[in-house]
Amino acid sequence: MKYIIPFAILAGFLFLPEMIGEYYVEVMILFMINLILASSFRLITTCGDWSLSQVVFMGVGAYTTALLAKFFGWPFWATVLFGGLASAVIGLAVVFPLLRTKGFGFFIGSFALGEFVRLIWVKFHFPFGGPRGMIGIPTVELSDIDFYEATPYYYLVLIFTVACLAILYRIDISRTGKVLKAIYADEDLSKCIGINVARHRAMAFSVSAFFAGIAGVLLAHRLGAIDPKNFDVNTMVYLVIWVVVGGVGTFWGPIIGVAVMMIIGEAARPLAEWRPLLFGGILIVFLTLLPGGLESLLLKLREMFEKPGNDEGNQPID
Amino acid sequence: MAILEVRNLSKNFGGLMANRDLDLDVEEAEIRGVIGPNGAGKTTFFNVISGVCKPSSGSIKFDGKDISSLSPDKIAELGVVRTFQRVALYPDFTVLENVNIGRHLHSRENLFSAVFGGTRKLEEKNLEKSKQIVDFLGMSAYQDEVASNLPYGLQRALNVAIALATEPRLLMLDEPVAGMNPTETQEMTRIIRLIRDEMGMTVMLVEHDMRTVMNLCDKITVIDFGEKLAEGLPHEIRENKDVIEAYLGAEEIVA
Repeated sequence: MKYIIPFAILAGFLFLPEMIGEYYVEVMILFMINLILASSFRLITTCGDWSLSQVVFMGVGAYTTALLAKFFGWPFWATVLFGGLASAVIGLAVVFPLLRTKGFGFFIGSFALGEFVRLIWVKFHFPFGGPRGMIGIPTVELSDIDFYEATPYYYLVLIFTVACLAILYRIDISRTGKVLKAIYADEDLSKCIGINVARHRAMAFSVSAFFAGIAGVLLAHRLGAIDPKNFDVNTMVYLVIWVVVGGVGTFWGPIIGVAVMMIIGEAARPLAEWRPLLFGGILIVFLTLLPGGLESLLLKLREMFEKPGNDEGNQPID
Repeated sequence: MAILEVRNLSKNFGGLMANRDLDLDVEEAEIRGVIGPNGAGKTTFFNVISGVCKPSSGSIKFDGKDISSLSPDKIAELGVVRTFQRVALYPDFTVLENVNIGRHLHSRENLFSAVFGGTRKLEEKNLEKSKQIVDFLGMSAYQDEVASNLPYGLQRALNVAIALATEPRLLMLDEPVAGMNPTETQEMTRIIRLIRDEMGMTVMLVEHDMRTVMNLCDKITVIDFGEKLAEGLPHEIRENKDVIEAYLGAEEIVA
């Protein structure tokens, strides 16, 4: 019963390219890549670690696939795997010193270390192309299908999105996911009942980086060119806005956030340079008026609808 | 042989000696009370043994192994688990979920099995065990209630349930009946006794409620100004002059 909505949405996604123009197919590709990124980000927020380096790990995946595909001619299946793995390994290296920090310290520390990684791409013209980045990243070719066209690539990204989200969802509802939330709720208690807090935080960070890396691989092959600016703190701020708008309390929050903010972003396209102002305004409105994000609003609505049919629903309403 | 052997344990915070040269032996399946006036260093003592803080000097041996330099999770893994003076639980989880997190040490789940299954059988067993523990504490009716909605007494009981779920060999309770009403206190006393009698665990508790300590503990250690003041059977402690002096409210002990 509870899977009806996800399956209905999935079915809708299968037929979507038939119904919309090519421009919107491209938008949907970006939307799905952003979904992977935002959902991967939520994983680390569940243990209380708000990282400011998440899009840098997207960049690690993008640069890895670009290097492997361009210079070594590796096939897509190999580069997507290595893109994710490279991101996970660098994630482990980055998180190691960060495990001594939490909260605000982690926030700032992750930004600093993320910038460190990003500046390597800026400073080294070989092989990363310096500030202008890398161009001529090969398009994906698998057997006879040419993924240069938007629609085939749309389906490729759809497969990855479903797989990544399914894995992240399974982690979220597993004991491991619960343990991460437990660490956030009460770290001292968690330690004293035998939870290795540092190991779990490192694991969450690395897995999260893995999926951000995969999002980066998918992005790099679509854009054909990447540069360090794609993965700077500006992009990170958008990611933060998505998850603040959607909320991180449930798995669906960031997904709602990406959907709503991308619709607003498309609608606000004519506003051009005023858009950052609009997004900043939205961020402030949500932080002050709806800190739980849109998901908290939906949960309240569901409660209201479920109350009448509920046996325990006759509690006094205050 | 004593299950817990503490020798010359000292802990100082800057110039403040919170614990000074403490010696303590706890026998297997004993209920040991640790008492002392406010600020005597009882909670510091608990913190040092459970690995929350490192001792300044001295040794702590559990079951013959030195645990004085281990982290809290490693100490818990060896079988020493403590509760906190405050209400320490996972407020957004249900009662059953709270207890089941306590089964962490009995889970073999890794990332792979989290995603693809594989340890599901064991997890079902863990959930079953968690239900038994909830039942043991008489909280079955609240099993699916969110922890933050529970009344205070039940939240304290849930703290004990989470610790019990780890199946420790030595359970350390930091003021288990603090703030409880007489009925809740009686119930908690009964449960602590059952933990020893039926589960065979060793229990060490810090408590201010003298009545509870006196009729629950096999042996009592009194700490004052970080030093051991006296140790003995409840009736010996009750009649000990030093102890009565340390507690200005002497009648409380005599009662």
